[in-house]
Amino acid sequence: MTSIGTGYDLANSIFSPDGRNFQVEYAVKAVENGGTSIGIRCKDGVVLAVEKIITSKLLKPGANKRIATVDRHLGVVYSGMVPDGRHFIERARDEARAWRDTFKTPISTADLASRMGGYLQAYTLYQSVRPFGITAIIGGFDSPAELPVDGEVGSGPACGAGGKVAGKTHGGPFLYMIEPSGLYWGYYGAATGKGRQAAKAELEKLDLGGPGGPALTLEQAVKEAARIIYLSHDESKDKEFELEMTWISGPDGPTKGLHQEVPKELREEAERLAKKAMEADEEDEGKEEKMEE
Amino acid sequence: MDHRPQAWGRPRDDVYGPYDASYLQTSGPKTATQSPVVTGTSVIAIKFKDGVVMAADNLASYGSLARFTDVKRLRPFLSTSVVGFGGDVSDMQYLDRHLTELAIDEAYEHESSAAGTSGGAPGGQLNAANLHKYLSKLMYRRRNDFDPLWNQVLVAGFDGAGKPFLGSVDLRGTAFAAPSLASGFGAMLAQPIMRRHAATDADAAALSREQAVQIVRDCMKVLFYRDARSLDRYSLAVVTRDGVEISEDERLEQQSWAFAERVRGYGTQVV
Repeated sequence: MTSIGTGYDLANSIFSPDGRNFQVEYAVKAVENGGTSIGIRCKDGVVLAVEKIITSKLLKPGANKRIATVDRHLGVVYSGMVPDGRHFIERARDEARAWRDTFKTPISTADLASRMGGYLQAYTLYQSVRPFGITAIIGGFDSPAELPVDGEVGSGPACGAGGKVAGKTHGGPFLYMIEPSGLYWGYYGAATGKGRQAAKAELEKLDLGGPGGPALTLEQAVKEAARIIYLSHDESKDKEFELEMTWISGPDGPTKGLHQEVPKELREEAERLAKKAMEADEEDEGKEEKMEE
Repeated sequence: MDHRPQAWGRPRDDVYGPYDASYLQTSGPKTATQSPVVTGTSVIAIKFKDGVVMAADNLASYGSLARFTDVKRLRPFLSTSVVGFGGDVSDMQYLDRHLTELAIDEAYEHESSAAGTSGGAPGGQLNAANLHKYLSKLMYRRRNDFDPLWNQVLVAGFDGAGKPFLGSVDLRGTAFAAPSLASGFGAMLAQPIMRRHAATDADAAALSREQAVQIVRDCMKVLFYRDARSLDRYSLAVVTRDGVEISEDERLEQQSWAFAERVRGYGTQVV
């Protein structure tokens, strides 16, 4: 490694002559060692999933959650260094609270992504800090309806708070991914961590970015997310893992606009289908090999 | 010229004399609410077999002026409890925002156990009894700062054992629970009526939801007849184990003011 950096990788805030910040690139390496996490933006919501690798049999199953809630309508999942992720979440919650203090309304997914992108970018600028060893996926459902202002006493103006155009849809499901450099984009489907290559290939096959918006429904997305996590899991490296999944629907959907864990029955059903799909794949491969003989 | 940046843009000392810095003080005298300004009147509530019914009218008065007529004084908390506010409306707004913050923080703390627990609030979140205790500590602390939140608050929901809970806190932090409760004028006018139906928890446990709603509606009518700071439009909340239902557009039906003719003892009448 040191030979690649040739002295330009010892600190943030120093560019290499060919314009790279090596500390940030090393942070990306830390992310690439973390368990796979994915996010899918579908027609009526967002699904987040993570492959939680079991490092010890002494850990209680289902404890130590990796996907966190920010405000009530946002979820964050990340791959990479878990303590860095915890700090990221803490900061995201502070930002969401500060937003409410100022504007008396929940923060939008785009605004939270922007604030957190700015925060991560600041950690690429100074000698005294290192970049975050995580890539985070933020999913949220911004309310399409006119929301009452926090602490609203009366019914407010009949025309609403303003800023909404009649006949135009507002709010909806959103998905953002933030990298250690602070770079963030909005995505139809996002994947990071160990199995990101396989996961991205599968996400691209789904109907997520059609001209009329995504065709995939929330329940389908839950099943696809489980399948993709199972598929991108590398059994030769890590034996066991736990699947953690959360979802956010619109106000009319199953979570009523809140970020919640996928109910146990639905998750187990999705896992069962994922395992079945894996077995079917293996059989197909077996057949092909026989045909070649 | 004075070259110190601190002096730039200020009146020159040599021309105007030294500036009186006391005008720049950021901290004024300590201030506290001396009396409420915009106020809501009574909140009433009664327990029944499967929960609690609460009602408050939609009026915020500015002194004796009926200033705001679309005010929501019953607020849900975590969709398992209802808080009803009487007294100062700005303090109610402060408390409502505070409770929103509290509810969000609760969701963070308990998210790992959010799914599938039985009875009361999901995942061991704050129930109505906990919330009542919390509010009593908050109000008592503010009273000890000599800056009370000028409210009387009713909290309805369920306790840790899953039984219906109804509690009251006032601006001094006085806290108690009872099968039926009323704040403000309601304590004089509605409380005796509700006690006729539910003097004890055992009586309250015999009431059906329909009965409890009817008692509360009758009490709201009595309050509108006799309380000059009340309104015929009111909000009605029903808390059950299934959640909270709040209807904010109730109206008093079948009013009869015939009794008014027989009222003596005020105005220009000579008895």
